Amino acid sequence: MTITQDDIEKIAELARIRISGEEIGEVTQRITEILQMVDTLQAADTSNIEPMANPLDATQQLRADEVTELNRRDDFLAIAPAVEDGLFLVPRVIE
Amino acid sequence: MHKHTVSQLSRGLREGKYSSVEVTRHYLQRIARLDERYNAFISVDEQAALAAAEAADARLASGDGAPLTGIPLAHKDIFCTQGLKTSCGSRMLDNFVPPYDATVIERFRSAGSVILGKTNMDEFAMGSSNESSYYGATHNPWNTGCVPGGSSGGSAAAVAALLAPAATGTDTGGSIRQPAAFCGITGLKPTYGRVSRLGMIAFASSLDQGGPMARSAEDCALLLNTMAGHDPRDSTSSDVPVEDYTAGLEKSLEGLRIGLPDAYFGEGLDSATGECIRLALKELEALGATLTAVSLPHSALTIPTYYIVAPAEASTNLSRYDGVRYGHRCADPADLHDLYTRTREEGFGDEVKRRILIGTYALSAGYYDAYYKKAQQARRLIRQDFLDCFQSVDIIAGPTTPGPAFALGAKDNDPVSMYLEDVYTLAVNLAGLPGMSLPAGFVQDKPVGLQLIGPHFGEGRLLNIAHRLQQATDWHTRTPADGENAA
Repeated sequence: MTITQDDIEKIAELARIRISGEEIGEVTQRITEILQMVDTLQAADTSNIEPMANPLDATQQLRADEVTELNRRDDFLAIAPAVEDGLFLVPRVIE
Repeated sequence: MHKHTVSQLSRGLREGKYSSVEVTRHYLQRIARLDERYNAFISVDEQAALAAAEAADARLASGDGAPLTGIPLAHKDIFCTQGLKTSCGSRMLDNFVPPYDATVIERFRSAGSVILGKTNMDEFAMGSSNESSYYGATHNPWNTGCVPGGSSGGSAAAVAALLAPAATGTDTGGSIRQPAAFCGITGLKPTYGRVSRLGMIAFASSLDQGGPMARSAEDCALLLNTMAGHDPRDSTSSDVPVEDYTAGLEKSLEGLRIGLPDAYFGEGLDSATGECIRLALKELEALGATLTAVSLPHSALTIPTYYIVAPAEASTNLSRYDGVRYGHRCADPADLHDLYTRTREEGFGDEVKRRILIGTYALSAGYYDAYYKKAQQARRLIRQDFLDCFQSVDIIAGPTTPGPAFALGAKDNDPVSMYLEDVYTLAVNLAGLPGMSLPAGFVQDKPVGLQLIGPHFGEGRLLNIAHRLQQATDWHTRTPADGENAA
Protein backbone atom coordinates (compact mmCIF):
# COMPACT_ATOMS: atom_id res chain seq x y z
CA MET A 1 0.00 0.00 0.00
CA THR A 2 1.54 3.30 -1.06
CA ILE A 3 0.17 6.51 0.29
CA THR A 4 0.67 9.88 -1.34
CA GLN A 5 0.95 13.37 0.02
CA ASP A 6 -2.55 13.96 -1.41
CA ASP A 7 -3.92 11.05 0.64
CA ILE A 8 -2.37 12.44 3.81
CA GLU A 9 -3.92 15.85 3.12
CA LYS A 10 -7.33 14.20 2.76
CA ILE A 11 -6.94 12.17 5.96
CA ALA A 12 -5.71 15.24 7.85
CA GLU A 13 -8.79 17.11 6.67
CA LEU A 14 -11.04 14.26 7.88
CA ALA A 15 -9.21 14.33 11.24
CA ARG A 16 -9.37 18.15 11.37
CA ILE A 17 -5.65 18.55 11.89
CA ARG A 18 -3.83 21.27 9.99
CA ILE A 19 -0.46 20.11 8.66
CA SER A 20 1.84 22.83 7.37
CA GLY A 21 3.47 22.68 3.94
CA GLU A 22 6.94 22.10 5.32
CA GLU A 23 5.80 19.16 7.50
CA ILE A 24 3.68 17.24 5.01
CA GLY A 25 6.59 15.41 3.37
CA GLU A 26 7.97 14.10 6.65
CA VAL A 27 4.50 13.11 7.91
CA THR A 28 3.81 11.23 4.66
CA GLN A 29 7.07 9.33 4.97
CA ARG A 30 6.46 8.30 8.61
CA ILE A 31 2.89 7.23 7.93
CA THR A 32 4.09 5.21 4.91
CA GLU A 33 6.60 3.36 7.10
CA ILE A 34 3.95 2.56 9.69
CA LEU A 35 1.46 1.39 7.06
CA GLN A 36 4.11 -0.86 5.48
CA MET A 37 4.57 -2.45 8.90
CA VAL A 38 0.85 -2.97 9.51
CA ASP A 39 0.33 -4.25 5.96
CA THR A 40 2.00 -7.53 6.97
CA LEU A 41 -1.40 -8.29 8.50
CA GLN A 42 -2.90 -8.70 5.03
CA ALA A 43 -1.17 -12.08 4.68
CA ALA A 44 -2.98 -13.52 7.72
CA ASP A 45 -5.84 -15.93 7.08
CA THR A 46 -8.80 -14.55 9.00
CA SER A 47 -11.58 -16.16 6.97
CA ASN A 48 -14.64 -17.07 9.06
CA ILE A 49 -13.19 -15.37 12.15
CA GLU A 50 -15.65 -13.20 14.03
CA PRO A 51 -14.21 -9.67 14.63
CA MET A 52 -13.49 -9.09 18.33
CA ALA A 53 -14.39 -5.67 19.75
CA ASN A 54 -14.11 -6.48 23.45
CA PRO A 55 -11.47 -8.79 24.92
CA LEU A 56 -14.02 -10.37 27.26
CA ASP A 57 -16.68 -10.47 24.51
CA ALA A 58 -18.78 -8.41 26.90
CA THR A 59 -21.94 -6.79 25.63
CA GLN A 60 -23.08 -3.29 26.54
CA GLN A 61 -24.32 -3.06 30.12
CA LEU A 62 -27.65 -1.30 30.49
CA ARG A 63 -29.23 0.57 33.36
CA ALA A 64 -32.62 2.09 34.11
CA ASP A 65 -33.24 5.37 32.27
CA GLU A 66 -33.09 7.58 35.34
CA VAL A 67 -31.36 10.91 35.96
CA THR A 68 -28.37 10.13 38.18
CA GLU A 69 -26.04 13.06 37.46
CA LEU A 70 -26.30 16.40 39.16
CA ASN A 71 -26.60 19.47 36.97
CA ARG A 72 -23.11 20.97 37.17
CA ARG A 73 -23.39 23.30 34.21
CA ASP A 74 -21.51 26.13 35.88
CA ASP A 75 -18.55 23.88 36.81
CA PHE A 76 -18.23 22.70 33.23
CA LEU A 77 -18.65 26.15 31.71
CA ALA A 78 -15.98 27.50 34.07
CA ILE A 79 -13.25 25.51 32.28
CA ALA A 80 -14.38 26.36 28.72
CA PRO A 81 -12.29 28.74 26.60
CA ALA A 82 -15.23 31.02 25.70
CA VAL A 83 -18.77 31.13 27.07
CA GLU A 84 -21.70 33.51 27.11
CA ASP A 85 -25.10 33.26 28.80
CA GLY A 86 -24.48 29.64 29.80
CA LEU A 87 -23.46 28.59 26.27
CA PHE A 88 -20.16 27.59 24.64
CA LEU A 89 -19.02 30.17 22.12
CA VAL A 90 -17.64 29.28 18.68
CA PRO A 91 -16.90 31.52 15.68
CA ARG A 92 -19.94 32.58 13.66
CA VAL A 93 -21.23 29.61 11.62
CA ILE A 94 -24.20 31.20 9.85
CA GLU A 95 -23.88 34.65 8.33
CA MET B 1 11.74 6.64 55.71
CA HIS B 2 11.63 6.67 51.89
CA LYS B 3 13.20 3.21 51.81
CA HIS B 4 10.06 1.76 53.38
CA THR B 5 7.54 -0.13 51.31
CA VAL B 6 3.85 0.81 51.40
CA SER B 7 3.12 -2.09 53.74
CA GLN B 8 5.89 -0.99 56.12
CA LEU B 9 4.63 2.61 56.06
CA SER B 10 1.09 1.38 56.63
CA ARG B 11 2.17 -0.50 59.77
CA GLY B 12 4.29 2.42 60.98
CA LEU B 13 1.41 4.86 60.57
CA ARG B 14 -1.01 2.66 62.44
CA GLU B 15 1.49 2.00 65.23
CA GLY B 16 2.01 5.76 65.51
CA LYS B 17 5.74 5.59 64.73
CA TYR B 18 5.28 8.63 62.51
CA SER B 19 2.37 10.68 61.20
CA SER B 20 1.09 10.97 57.65
CA VAL B 21 2.07 14.65 57.74
CA GLU B 22 5.67 13.63 58.51
CA VAL B 23 5.74 10.99 55.77
CA THR B 24 4.09 13.28 53.24
CA ARG B 25 6.38 16.19 54.05
CA HIS B 26 9.40 13.91 53.72
CA TYR B 27 8.38 12.85 50.21
CA LEU B 28 7.44 16.40 49.19
CA GLN B 29 10.91 17.53 50.26
CA ARG B 30 12.55 14.75 48.27
CA ILE B 31 10.54 15.73 45.18
CA ALA B 32 11.48 19.39 45.62
CA ARG B 33 15.14 18.52 46.08
CA LEU B 34 15.62 15.73 43.55
CA ASP B 35 13.03 15.82 40.81
CA GLU B 36 14.96 18.38 38.80
CA ARG B 37 17.18 15.45 37.88
CA TYR B 38 14.36 13.12 36.75
CA ASN B 39 11.42 15.31 35.68
CA ALA B 40 9.07 12.63 36.98
CA PHE B 41 6.36 15.05 38.13
CA ILE B 42 4.24 17.48 36.12
CA SER B 43 2.27 18.89 39.08
CA VAL B 44 2.74 18.84 42.83
CA ASP B 45 0.24 20.49 45.20
CA GLU B 46 2.01 20.61 48.57
CA GLN B 47 -0.81 22.36 50.41
CA ALA B 48 -3.49 19.92 49.29
CA ALA B 49 -1.19 16.98 50.07
CA LEU B 50 -0.49 18.21 53.60
CA ALA B 51 -4.19 18.92 54.21
CA ALA B 52 -5.06 15.38 53.12
CA ALA B 53 -2.27 14.05 55.37
CA GLU B 54 -3.70 15.95 58.34
CA ALA B 55 -7.13 14.48 57.68
CA ALA B 56 -5.56 11.03 57.45
CA ASP B 57 -3.81 11.51 60.79
CA ALA B 58 -7.13 12.43 62.40
CA ARG B 59 -8.69 9.32 60.91
CA LEU B 60 -5.82 7.12 62.10
CA ALA B 61 -6.09 8.63 65.58
CA SER B 62 -9.77 7.76 65.72
CA GLY B 63 -8.90 4.13 64.94
CA ASP B 64 -10.78 4.24 61.63
CA GLY B 65 -7.75 3.82 59.33
CA ALA B 66 -7.73 1.64 56.22
CA PRO B 67 -4.46 0.03 55.00
CA LEU B 68 -3.74 3.00 52.70
CA THR B 69 -4.83 5.75 55.09
CA GLY B 70 -2.09 8.34 55.27
CA ILE B 71 0.02 6.75 52.49
CA PRO B 72 1.20 9.34 49.96
CA LEU B 73 0.91 8.21 46.34
CA ALA B 74 1.80 9.65 42.94
CA HIS B 75 -0.74 9.42 40.15
CA LYS B 76 -0.14 9.33 36.44
CA ASP B 77 -1.32 12.61 34.94
CA ILE B 78 -3.98 10.72 32.98
CA PHE B 79 -6.27 10.28 36.01
CA CYS B 80 -8.60 13.26 36.48
CA THR B 81 -8.08 14.93 39.84
CA GLN B 82 -10.68 17.48 40.86
CA GLY B 83 -9.03 20.84 41.35
CA LEU B 84 -5.56 19.64 40.25
CA LYS B 85 -4.32 20.06 36.68
CA THR B 86 -4.56 16.88 34.58
CA SER B 87 -2.56 17.36 31.39
CA CYS B 88 -2.18 13.83 29.97
CA GLY B 89 1.30 15.03 28.98
CA SER B 90 -0.21 17.26 26.29
CA ARG B 91 -0.29 20.93 25.45
CA MET B 92 -3.95 20.27 24.58
CA LEU B 93 -4.75 19.86 28.29
CA ASP B 94 -2.06 22.12 29.75
CA ASN B 95 -4.80 24.36 31.20
CA PHE B 96 -7.25 21.57 32.15
CA VAL B 97 -8.31 21.42 35.79
CA PRO B 98 -10.92 18.66 36.00
CA PRO B 99 -14.21 19.37 37.77
CA TYR B 100 -14.38 15.74 38.94
CA ASP B 101 -12.22 12.82 40.13
CA ALA B 102 -11.53 9.61 38.24
CA THR B 103 -13.09 6.64 40.04
CA VAL B 104 -9.57 5.40 40.85
CA ILE B 105 -8.75 8.74 42.49
CA GLU B 106 -12.08 8.77 44.33
CA ARG B 107 -11.32 5.31 45.72
CA PHE B 108 -7.84 6.34 46.90
CA ARG B 109 -9.25 9.49 48.47
CA SER B 110 -11.89 7.56 50.39
CA ALA B 111 -9.22 5.09 51.53
CA GLY B 112 -7.48 8.13 53.03
CA SER B 113 -4.37 8.11 50.85
CA VAL B 114 -2.61 11.37 50.01
CA ILE B 115 -1.96 12.69 46.48
CA LEU B 116 1.69 13.74 46.27
CA GLY B 117 1.43 14.89 42.68
CA LYS B 118 0.81 13.96 39.08
CA THR B 119 3.47 12.16 37.09
CA ASN B 120 4.95 12.79 33.68
CA MET B 121 3.95 10.58 30.76
CA ASP B 122 4.06 10.22 27.00
CA GLU B 123 1.49 12.51 25.43
CA PHE B 124 -1.96 10.86 25.70
CA ALA B 125 -0.08 7.69 26.79
CA MET B 126 1.25 7.19 23.25
CA GLY B 127 4.85 6.18 23.55
CA SER B 128 7.39 3.85 25.12
CA SER B 129 9.97 6.36 26.34
CA ASN B 130 8.23 9.38 27.93
CA GLU B 131 9.91 11.50 25.26
CA SER B 132 6.62 12.56 23.67
CA SER B 133 5.57 14.49 26.79
CA TYR B 134 4.86 18.21 26.28
CA TYR B 135 6.68 18.70 29.61
CA GLY B 136 9.96 17.18 28.44
CA ALA B 137 11.37 13.69 28.83
CA THR B 138 11.66 11.89 32.16
CA HIS B 139 15.10 10.49 33.01
CA ASN B 140 15.70 6.94 34.21
CA PRO B 141 16.92 7.02 37.84
CA TRP B 142 19.29 4.10 37.14
CA ASN B 143 20.96 5.97 34.32
CA THR B 144 19.82 9.52 33.65
CA GLY B 145 21.04 9.28 30.05
CA CYS B 146 18.40 6.62 29.42
CA VAL B 147 14.63 6.68 29.05
CA PRO B 148 12.46 5.43 31.92
CA GLY B 149 10.15 3.69 29.45
CA GLY B 150 6.62 4.79 28.82
CA SER B 151 4.02 5.78 28.84
CA SER B 152 3.84 5.60 32.66
CA GLY B 153 7.51 6.61 32.80
CA GLY B 154 7.03 9.39 35.36
CA SER B 155 5.31 7.02 37.78
CA ALA B 156 8.01 4.39 37.32
CA ALA B 157 10.83 6.91 37.77
CA ALA B 158 9.17 8.46 40.84
CA VAL B 159 8.89 5.07 42.55
CA ALA B 160 12.40 3.94 41.52
CA ALA B 161 13.96 7.23 42.71
CA LEU B 162 12.04 6.90 46.00
CA LEU B 163 10.11 10.12 45.39
CA ALA B 164 6.88 8.21 46.12
CA PRO B 165 6.31 4.87 47.84
CA ALA B 166 3.99 3.76 45.02
CA ALA B 167 2.11 5.17 42.04
CA THR B 168 -0.66 4.51 39.58
CA GLY B 169 -0.13 3.89 35.89
CA THR B 170 -2.14 2.91 32.84
CA ASP B 171 -1.32 0.26 30.28
CA THR B 172 -2.68 0.17 26.73
CA GLY B 173 0.14 -1.85 25.16
CA GLY B 174 2.75 -2.16 27.90
CA SER B 175 2.69 1.29 29.49
CA ILE B 176 2.84 -0.03 33.07
CA ARG B 177 5.00 -3.10 32.48
CA GLN B 178 7.69 -1.66 30.19
CA PRO B 179 8.56 1.36 32.42
CA ALA B 180 8.37 -0.92 35.48
CA ALA B 181 10.97 -3.15 33.79
CA PHE B 182 13.21 -0.23 32.75
CA CYS B 183 13.08 1.33 36.23
CA GLY B 184 13.44 -1.86 38.27
CA ILE B 185 10.05 -1.77 39.98
CA THR B 186 6.97 -4.00 40.10
CA GLY B 187 3.93 -3.11 38.00
CA LEU B 188 0.65 -4.84 37.26
CA LYS B 189 -1.76 -4.39 34.38
CA PRO B 190 -5.01 -5.99 35.57
CA THR B 191 -7.54 -7.83 33.41
CA TYR B 192 -9.44 -5.50 31.07
CA GLY B 193 -12.40 -4.10 33.02
CA ARG B 194 -11.01 -4.89 36.49
CA VAL B 195 -10.22 -1.24 37.25
CA SER B 196 -12.66 1.52 36.31
CA ARG B 197 -11.73 3.71 33.35
CA LEU B 198 -14.04 6.57 34.41
CA GLY B 199 -12.00 9.76 34.51
CA MET B 200 -8.95 7.98 33.12
CA ILE B 201 -8.35 9.94 29.94
CA ALA B 202 -9.10 7.59 27.06
CA PHE B 203 -6.48 6.48 24.53
CA ALA B 204 -7.80 3.13 23.17
CA SER B 205 -10.92 2.19 25.07
CA SER B 206 -10.88 -1.56 24.44
CA LEU B 207 -7.23 -1.83 25.58
CA ASP B 208 -6.75 0.79 28.34
CA GLN B 209 -6.43 -0.43 31.92
CA GLY B 210 -5.16 1.24 35.08
CA GLY B 211 -2.96 -0.53 37.59
CA PRO B 212 -0.48 -0.19 40.45
CA MET B 213 3.29 0.45 40.26
CA ALA B 214 5.31 -0.14 43.41
CA ARG B 215 8.46 -1.64 44.86
CA SER B 216 7.00 -5.05 45.62
CA ALA B 217 4.19 -7.37 44.59
CA GLU B 218 2.80 -7.06 48.11
CA ASP B 219 2.47 -3.30 47.68
CA CYS B 220 0.85 -3.77 44.26
CA ALA B 221 -1.70 -6.07 45.93
CA LEU B 222 -2.44 -3.43 48.57
CA LEU B 223 -3.04 -0.77 45.91
CA LEU B 224 -5.08 -3.07 43.69
CA ASN B 225 -7.37 -3.87 46.62
CA THR B 226 -8.38 -0.21 46.57
CA MET B 227 -8.40 0.27 42.78
CA ALA B 228 -10.29 -2.83 41.61
CA GLY B 229 -14.02 -3.29 41.45
CA HIS B 230 -17.13 -2.70 39.42
CA ASP B 231 -18.03 0.88 38.59
CA PRO B 232 -21.58 1.45 37.40
CA ARG B 233 -20.35 4.64 35.71
CA ASP B 234 -17.96 2.69 33.41
CA SER B 235 -20.06 0.43 31.20
CA THR B 236 -17.01 -1.71 30.34
CA SER B 237 -16.07 -2.30 33.96
CA SER B 238 -16.42 -5.91 35.06
CA ASP B 239 -18.82 -7.07 37.76
CA VAL B 240 -16.81 -10.24 38.49
CA PRO B 241 -16.35 -10.25 42.30
CA VAL B 242 -13.02 -8.83 43.54
CA GLU B 243 -10.82 -11.02 45.71
CA ASP B 244 -8.60 -9.77 48.54
CA TYR B 245 -5.31 -9.63 46.63
CA THR B 246 -3.20 -9.68 49.79
CA ALA B 247 -4.89 -12.82 51.15
CA GLY B 248 -3.36 -15.25 48.63
CA LEU B 249 0.17 -13.83 48.51
CA GLU B 250 1.76 -16.58 50.58
CA LYS B 251 0.32 -19.55 48.68
CA SER B 252 2.86 -22.21 47.71
CA LEU B 253 4.11 -22.42 44.14
CA GLU B 254 4.39 -26.21 44.35
CA GLY B 255 3.00 -27.66 41.15
CA LEU B 256 2.71 -24.29 39.37
CA ARG B 257 2.91 -24.82 35.60
CA ILE B 258 4.68 -22.01 33.75
CA GLY B 259 4.54 -21.80 29.97
CA LEU B 260 7.43 -20.24 28.05
CA PRO B 261 6.39 -19.06 24.57
CA ASP B 262 9.13 -19.68 22.01
CA ALA B 263 8.20 -16.36 20.38
CA TYR B 264 9.32 -14.49 23.53
CA PHE B 265 12.78 -16.04 23.62
CA GLY B 266 13.73 -15.92 19.95
CA GLU B 267 15.43 -13.46 17.64
CA GLY B 268 15.35 -9.88 18.87
CA LEU B 269 15.88 -10.69 22.57
CA ASP B 270 19.11 -9.26 23.96
CA SER B 271 21.15 -12.27 25.11
CA ALA B 272 22.15 -10.84 28.52
CA THR B 273 18.49 -9.94 29.19
CA GLY B 274 17.47 -13.47 28.20
CA GLU B 275 20.07 -14.83 30.63
CA CYS B 276 18.55 -12.80 33.50
CA ILE B 277 15.10 -14.14 32.65
CA ARG B 278 16.35 -17.73 32.61
CA LEU B 279 17.94 -17.23 36.06
CA ALA B 280 14.71 -15.81 37.47
CA LEU B 281 12.80 -18.76 36.02
CA LYS B 282 15.26 -21.12 37.73
CA GLU B 283 14.33 -19.46 41.04
CA LEU B 284 10.67 -20.14 40.31
CA GLU B 285 11.56 -23.77 39.53
CA ALA B 286 13.32 -24.00 42.89
CA LEU B 287 10.08 -22.79 44.50
CA GLY B 288 8.21 -25.73 42.98
CA ALA B 289 7.18 -24.54 39.52
CA THR B 290 7.62 -26.55 36.33
CA LEU B 291 8.61 -24.93 33.04
CA THR B 292 7.06 -26.01 29.74
CA ALA B 293 7.53 -24.69 26.21
CA VAL B 294 4.29 -23.31 24.74
CA SER B 295 3.47 -21.79 21.40
CA LEU B 296 1.62 -18.61 20.42
CA PRO B 297 1.30 -19.28 16.69
CA HIS B 298 -0.17 -15.87 15.81
CA SER B 299 2.31 -13.73 17.71
CA ALA B 300 3.73 -12.28 14.47
CA LEU B 301 0.33 -10.57 13.99
CA THR B 302 0.53 -8.74 17.31
CA ILE B 303 2.33 -5.54 16.31
CA PRO B 304 0.39 -4.86 13.08
CA THR B 305 -2.92 -5.68 14.80
CA TYR B 306 -2.18 -3.38 17.71
CA TYR B 307 -1.08 -0.51 15.44
CA ILE B 308 -4.45 -0.61 13.71
CA VAL B 309 -6.75 -1.18 16.70
CA ALA B 310 -5.09 1.33 19.05
CA PRO B 311 -4.81 4.25 16.56
CA ALA B 312 -8.35 3.60 15.28
CA GLU B 313 -9.76 3.90 18.79
CA ALA B 314 -7.47 6.85 19.54
CA SER B 315 -8.59 8.78 16.47
CA THR B 316 -12.17 8.41 17.68
CA ASN B 317 -11.45 9.23 21.33
CA LEU B 318 -9.30 12.25 20.56
CA SER B 319 -11.90 13.82 18.28
CA ARG B 320 -13.33 15.36 21.45
CA TYR B 321 -10.46 17.87 21.63
CA ASP B 322 -11.85 20.64 19.49
CA GLY B 323 -11.13 23.86 21.37
CA VAL B 324 -14.77 24.38 22.34
CA ARG B 325 -15.51 22.92 25.78
CA TYR B 326 -12.16 22.65 27.56
CA GLY B 327 -8.46 22.50 26.87
CA HIS B 328 -6.40 24.42 24.34
CA ARG B 329 -8.02 26.78 21.84
CA CYS B 330 -6.09 28.54 19.08
CA ALA B 331 -6.01 32.35 19.08
CA ASP B 332 -8.38 34.34 16.86
CA PRO B 333 -10.01 31.54 14.84
CA ALA B 334 -11.30 32.83 11.49
CA ASP B 335 -14.16 30.32 11.40
CA LEU B 336 -15.21 26.99 12.94
CA HIS B 337 -13.01 24.95 10.59
CA ASP B 338 -9.99 27.09 11.42
CA LEU B 339 -10.79 26.71 15.14
CA TYR B 340 -10.77 22.90 14.90
CA THR B 341 -7.78 22.42 12.62
CA ARG B 342 -5.48 24.97 14.21
CA THR B 343 -6.42 24.03 17.79
CA ARG B 344 -5.53 20.42 16.98
CA GLU B 345 -2.39 21.36 15.06
CA GLU B 346 -1.12 23.35 18.05
CA GLY B 347 -2.45 21.15 20.84
CA PHE B 348 -1.20 17.74 19.69
CA GLY B 349 2.42 16.61 19.32
CA ASP B 350 3.87 14.64 16.40
CA GLU B 351 3.26 11.09 17.68
CA VAL B 352 -0.34 11.83 18.65
CA LYS B 353 -0.98 13.35 15.21
CA ARG B 354 0.54 10.31 13.50
CA ARG B 355 -1.69 7.94 15.41
CA ILE B 356 -4.81 10.00 14.75
CA LEU B 357 -3.97 10.00 11.03
CA ILE B 358 -3.31 6.23 10.95
CA GLY B 359 -6.55 5.60 12.82
CA THR B 360 -8.57 7.93 10.62
CA TYR B 361 -7.17 6.15 7.56
CA ALA B 362 -7.90 2.65 8.95
CA LEU B 363 -11.49 3.62 9.70
CA SER B 364 -12.16 5.55 6.49
CA ALA B 365 -14.54 4.39 3.77
CA GLY B 366 -12.92 1.81 1.49
CA TYR B 367 -10.23 0.81 3.99
CA TYR B 368 -12.33 -0.24 7.00
CA ASP B 369 -12.58 -3.92 6.03
CA ALA B 370 -8.95 -4.23 4.95
CA TYR B 371 -7.61 -2.66 8.13
CA TYR B 372 -9.94 -2.33 11.10
CA LYS B 373 -12.11 -5.39 10.56
CA LYS B 374 -9.07 -7.49 9.64
CA ALA B 375 -7.31 -6.37 12.82
CA GLN B 376 -10.34 -7.23 14.95
CA GLN B 377 -10.36 -10.71 13.44
CA ALA B 378 -6.63 -11.13 14.05
CA ARG B 379 -7.21 -9.95 17.60
CA ARG B 380 -9.47 -12.92 18.21
CA LEU B 381 -6.78 -15.29 16.88
CA ILE B 382 -4.21 -13.70 19.21
CA ARG B 383 -6.47 -14.11 22.23
CA GLN B 384 -7.29 -17.70 21.29
CA ASP B 385 -3.55 -18.57 21.33
CA PHE B 386 -3.40 -17.56 24.99
CA LEU B 387 -6.64 -19.33 25.92
CA ASP B 388 -5.25 -22.50 24.29
CA CYS B 389 -2.02 -22.19 26.31
CA PHE B 390 -3.95 -21.80 29.57
CA GLN B 391 -5.44 -25.27 28.96
CA SER B 392 -2.07 -26.77 29.85
CA VAL B 393 -0.23 -24.12 31.91
CA ASP B 394 -1.27 -21.80 34.77
CA ILE B 395 0.68 -18.75 33.68
CA ILE B 396 3.01 -17.63 30.90
CA ALA B 397 6.39 -16.05 31.58
CA GLY B 398 9.05 -14.28 29.56
CA PRO B 399 10.93 -11.00 29.30
CA THR B 400 8.95 -7.75 29.57
CA THR B 401 11.13 -6.02 26.99
CA PRO B 402 13.71 -7.11 24.39
CA GLY B 403 16.50 -5.34 26.32
CA PRO B 404 17.21 -2.85 29.10
CA ALA B 405 16.46 0.91 28.93
CA PHE B 406 17.74 2.58 25.77
CA ALA B 407 19.39 5.99 25.52
CA LEU B 408 17.31 9.17 25.40
CA GLY B 409 16.89 10.19 21.76
CA ALA B 410 17.88 6.76 20.39
CA LYS B 411 14.49 5.99 18.86
CA ASP B 412 12.77 9.34 19.16
CA ASN B 413 12.63 9.96 15.43
CA ASP B 414 11.84 6.44 14.31
CA PRO B 415 8.28 5.42 15.26
CA VAL B 416 8.46 1.89 13.88
CA SER B 417 11.58 1.02 15.88
CA MET B 418 9.91 2.50 18.98
CA TYR B 419 6.84 0.32 18.34
CA LEU B 420 9.02 -2.83 18.28
CA GLU B 421 10.00 -2.11 21.92
CA ASP B 422 6.56 -3.37 22.98
CA VAL B 423 6.72 -6.67 21.12
CA TYR B 424 6.25 -8.79 24.29
CA THR B 425 3.63 -6.65 25.99
CA LEU B 426 1.06 -5.67 23.31
CA ALA B 427 -0.66 -9.06 22.98
CA VAL B 428 -1.68 -9.02 26.65
CA ASN B 429 -3.81 -5.91 26.02
CA LEU B 430 -5.28 -7.25 22.77
CA ALA B 431 -6.31 -10.39 24.68
CA GLY B 432 -7.48 -8.44 27.77
CA LEU B 433 -5.28 -10.52 30.11
CA PRO B 434 -3.56 -9.48 33.35
CA GLY B 435 0.20 -9.06 33.04
CA MET B 436 2.92 -7.89 35.36
CA SER B 437 6.57 -7.00 35.32
CA LEU B 438 8.95 -7.49 38.21
CA PRO B 439 12.67 -6.93 38.64
CA ALA B 440 14.84 -9.86 37.53
CA GLY B 441 18.44 -8.73 37.59
CA PHE B 442 20.57 -6.20 35.77
CA VAL B 443 22.32 -5.76 32.44
CA GLN B 444 25.03 -3.06 32.39
CA ASP B 445 23.68 -1.77 35.75
CA LYS B 446 20.22 -1.33 34.21
CA PRO B 447 17.21 -3.32 35.49
CA VAL B 448 15.63 -6.20 33.60
CA GLY B 449 11.94 -7.08 33.92
CA LEU B 450 10.38 -10.54 34.10
CA GLN B 451 6.86 -10.60 32.69
CA LEU B 452 4.15 -12.88 34.05
CA ILE B 453 0.89 -13.27 32.13
CA GLY B 454 -2.20 -14.92 33.59
CA PRO B 455 -5.66 -15.96 32.45
CA HIS B 456 -8.52 -13.44 32.70
CA PHE B 457 -9.01 -12.35 36.33
CA GLY B 458 -5.88 -14.26 37.37
CA GLU B 459 -4.12 -11.17 38.82
CA GLY B 460 -4.29 -12.66 42.33
CA ARG B 461 -2.23 -15.64 41.21
CA LEU B 462 0.30 -13.40 39.44
CA LEU B 463 0.76 -11.32 42.60
CA ASN B 464 1.18 -14.52 44.63
CA ILE B 465 3.88 -15.83 42.27
CA ALA B 466 5.67 -12.49 42.17
CA HIS B 467 5.52 -12.20 45.97
CA ARG B 468 7.00 -15.66 46.53
CA LEU B 469 9.76 -14.93 44.04
CA GLN B 470 10.48 -11.62 45.79
CA GLN B 471 10.74 -13.39 49.14
CA ALA B 472 13.40 -15.68 47.68
CA THR B 473 15.35 -12.98 45.78
CA ASP B 474 16.44 -9.38 46.37
CA TRP B 475 16.39 -7.75 42.92
CA HIS B 476 13.31 -5.70 43.85
CA THR B 477 15.02 -4.24 46.93
CA ARG B 478 17.85 -2.61 44.95
CA THR B 479 17.67 1.12 44.47
CA PRO B 480 19.60 3.33 42.06
CA ALA B 481 22.94 4.70 43.22
CA ASP B 482 22.47 8.33 42.30
CA GLY B 483 20.13 10.56 44.29
CA GLU B 484 20.27 10.79 48.05
CA ASN B 485 19.03 7.35 48.93
CA ALA B 486 21.38 6.89 51.84
CA ALA B 487 19.69 9.76 53.69
